[in-house]
Amino acid sequence: MKKENVFSRLIHNQIFIPIAALLILTLFNLIADPSFFKISMGYNSTGDPVLSGYLITILDYGSELAILAIGMTLVTAASGGQDISVGATIAVAGSAMLRVLCGTNSRPDELQAPIIVAFLVGCLAAMLCGAFNGVLVAYFKIQPMIATLILFTAGRSIAAWINNNELPVINDVGFTYFGGFIPGIPIPTPFFIAVICMIIIALVLKFTTLGLYTQSVGINESSSRLNGLNPAFIKFLTFVILGVCVAVAALIKVSRISSINYSVIAKDIEMDAILAVALGGNSLSGGKFNMAASILGAYVIQFLTTTLYKLNVQSDALSAYKAVVVIILVVLSAPSVREKLSSLGKKLKPQSKEVA
Amino acid sequence: MKDQSILEMRNIYKSFPGVKALQGVDFTLCEGEIHALMGENGAGKSTLIKVLTGVYEKDEGEIFLKGLDKAAVIRSPQDAQKLGISTVYQEITLCPNLSVAENMYIGRGTGVGQNWKKMNADADRILKSLDIPAKAKQQLSTCSIAIQQMVAIARAVDMDCKVLILDEPTSSLDEQEVEKLFGLMRDLKSRGVGIIFVTHFLDQVYEVCDKITVLRDGKLVGEYAIKDLPRVKLVSKMLGKELDDVSDIRSEAQVYTGEGAGKNVFEAEGLQSNAGIKPFDFHIQKGEVNGFTGLLGSGRSECVRAIFGADRVIAGKVKKNGKPVKISKPIDAMKQGIAYLPEDRKVDGIVGDLSVRDNIILAMQVLRGPLRPLSKAEANKYADEYIKLLEIKTASADTPIKSLSGGNQQKVILARWLLTHPEYLILDEPTRGIDVGTKIEIQKLVLKLASEGMSVTFISSETDEMLRTCSRLIVMRDRKVVGELTGEELTQTQIMNTIAGGDKES
Repeated sequence: MKKENVFSRLIHNQIFIPIAALLILTLFNLIADPSFFKISMGYNSTGDPVLSGYLITILDYGSELAILAIGMTLVTAASGGQDISVGATIAVAGSAMLRVLCGTNSRPDELQAPIIVAFLVGCLAAMLCGAFNGVLVAYFKIQPMIATLILFTAGRSIAAWINNNELPVINDVGFTYFGGFIPGIPIPTPFFIAVICMIIIALVLKFTTLGLYTQSVGINESSSRLNGLNPAFIKFLTFVILGVCVAVAALIKVSRISSINYSVIAKDIEMDAILAVALGGNSLSGGKFNMAASILGAYVIQFLTTTLYKLNVQSDALSAYKAVVVIILVVLSAPSVREKLSSLGKKLKPQSKEVA
Repeated sequence: MKDQSILEMRNIYKSFPGVKALQGVDFTLCEGEIHALMGENGAGKSTLIKVLTGVYEKDEGEIFLKGLDKAAVIRSPQDAQKLGISTVYQEITLCPNLSVAENMYIGRGTGVGQNWKKMNADADRILKSLDIPAKAKQQLSTCSIAIQQMVAIARAVDMDCKVLILDEPTSSLDEQEVEKLFGLMRDLKSRGVGIIFVTHFLDQVYEVCDKITVLRDGKLVGEYAIKDLPRVKLVSKMLGKELDDVSDIRSEAQVYTGEGAGKNVFEAEGLQSNAGIKPFDFHIQKGEVNGFTGLLGSGRSECVRAIFGADRVIAGKVKKNGKPVKISKPIDAMKQGIAYLPEDRKVDGIVGDLSVRDNIILAMQVLRGPLRPLSKAEANKYADEYIKLLEIKTASADTPIKSLSGGNQQKVILARWLLTHPEYLILDEPTRGIDVGTKIEIQKLVLKLASEGMSVTFISSETDEMLRTCSRLIVMRDRKVVGELTGEELTQTQIMNTIAGGDKES
């Protein structure tokens, strides 16, 4: 009897959704080709030991997504909408970083500024983009998707303009560490960066009231106002926080290739980030959220993407497969379906007891 | 059907899940008559209108119209319009970015072609004949609200309407505009149109109407000629209280006699918000329970919202203990020790998906600021304390508040504000829609808090509840403070007289 309780509690926990998705994907890969889970030790071009394998790829690229999912979760919770300009603002922030690192010459032999300065400038750029979105959403009350459509459209052009449409290339080993490996450590650096971000957000959620405020504003704005909150400012704040997450992801992205391709960098990444939030079982119309579930959701999305690549799905066709997942998720989370499922579950329960 | 009647509704029944909105209501409208439909919110006025205009389908009953042999079938607003029943709503339902003439003829064309010249000429002719100061080609949004409403009426008249329904048409108009509208109504009346006038404003009813039909709780109270029903009687019919029912029920609760007793805690002078109330003065003493009373829509909620800074304050001064304070948003008021339990629990009170615990600590947490969150243990302690104190029935503190019953939700909101230890507690309809037992508990709690030195403003639609709790009543009518009752004056009769105003003696 007690076992059943534990199980049903698990099922009703939000984090069950990404865990179930993860189990399904794992099972699928186990059956299709167990070599998916093979991890091998190799050496990279600089002769340092690195781990490789599909799981490492997931850990590597899923971390970018997890960082973005943190910000996207907060934006979703407070504003009840999503920021679709994430990919474009990554281009802006990445471009700003490279501009600082390169100075006037687009292909300098050595860095023109410390990496930390470049990162802070990139942060500022991304936070400004977030602030722009936030002002439109919070103070002008434009729907988030529409408001962020502006930077979604213009962001990559702005990114190109920052570097006079030249292709800056960095020639510095230290800069490649952020998107690659630190010598001697065989685990990709993005994972460590993501862990730092997770620790920071966990501390923020524990030692400030950000969680309560964003959820309260997302659930009932009018009531929140009458309880002394400033809903507009809280929405604005979540967009700025997402800006910081974007800057971190941008650092990883430009570090991977030590350069930038304005039209391709982080393309469609916003969709994966939104999907991560949804897969985490969070309502896309705002309100209550579970940060851990979102982060796990991000890795599951990457798991899915990598599985599809492994099955030799063309990158063009990838979105079509993901769309199927989106459809299932959206339909399952629709209130009318949920109601039916729960009533179905209630009907089934007594029967299963009889069988047992 | 009688000769002069153009509309008869007989024995109309309509229920919604859980609510019997109309129970056997009759309504008769005569040619060339302005007929007021009165009742408190939820009395069934809107439902009756919607049945008549085909928005809702009636469960039972018959509707007869002049010129038809058998009962009319009204299944949609289009059916109603074809039968000559037109409605002008409180909010303008026209298209503001089209011209006046386009608005008058939109959706009425028979074919594809449109003779614009003729349309504009026709429109101008009608506007002139009704003496409406608007031009056919003018864009509608450039007209005042009153003119827009008149255009809507002109459209109805041109559609050969016999029954015109005006649903709260005057609530957003100033006095001059109301006069203009009344002129137009009288003009239509002389042309034989029957007008049904729904309004909250008593003065207006007595100015323009011929007959009054009163509804209460979905039932017909009666139909009266205006001269047979003095205001006081109308109010008592609407509230369902007999005039003789004057027993003084307020028990002598303990009165606060501690430090600062009898001194004003809060004072307001000429306070006015953007929610459309007239400037008002207000004061409350330490340990006092006072109340705003008046019919729904008279502005009592707007007054307390202005004090709390929930609506934008546009004029007036507020003093706390004699010193001026600035309250422009809720957090300012909270920092001055004011707590406000809002009228609409669902919209303004509960944060539905959050747990009972989070709902209880919300206001206190906001006061503590973003960098000093309550620990889980503290939050649980406070939640458990108040769940026990107010006897909130919930499975646990983790239960989402939306799954609680109305009365328990209300207790949670009350707990939220008590936790902030306010000096001044404003309760707007704290007992609406909750069971009798809980009602009395809340009333007792209010008196107890006051005896401990808290100042409380209590608003309720039920006058006997106000009499039981308040030692001073501020009476409102038509968004103005019209009187203040204390001591011996606190009786049902006196309240009704003051609410009704005007011809007290008749």
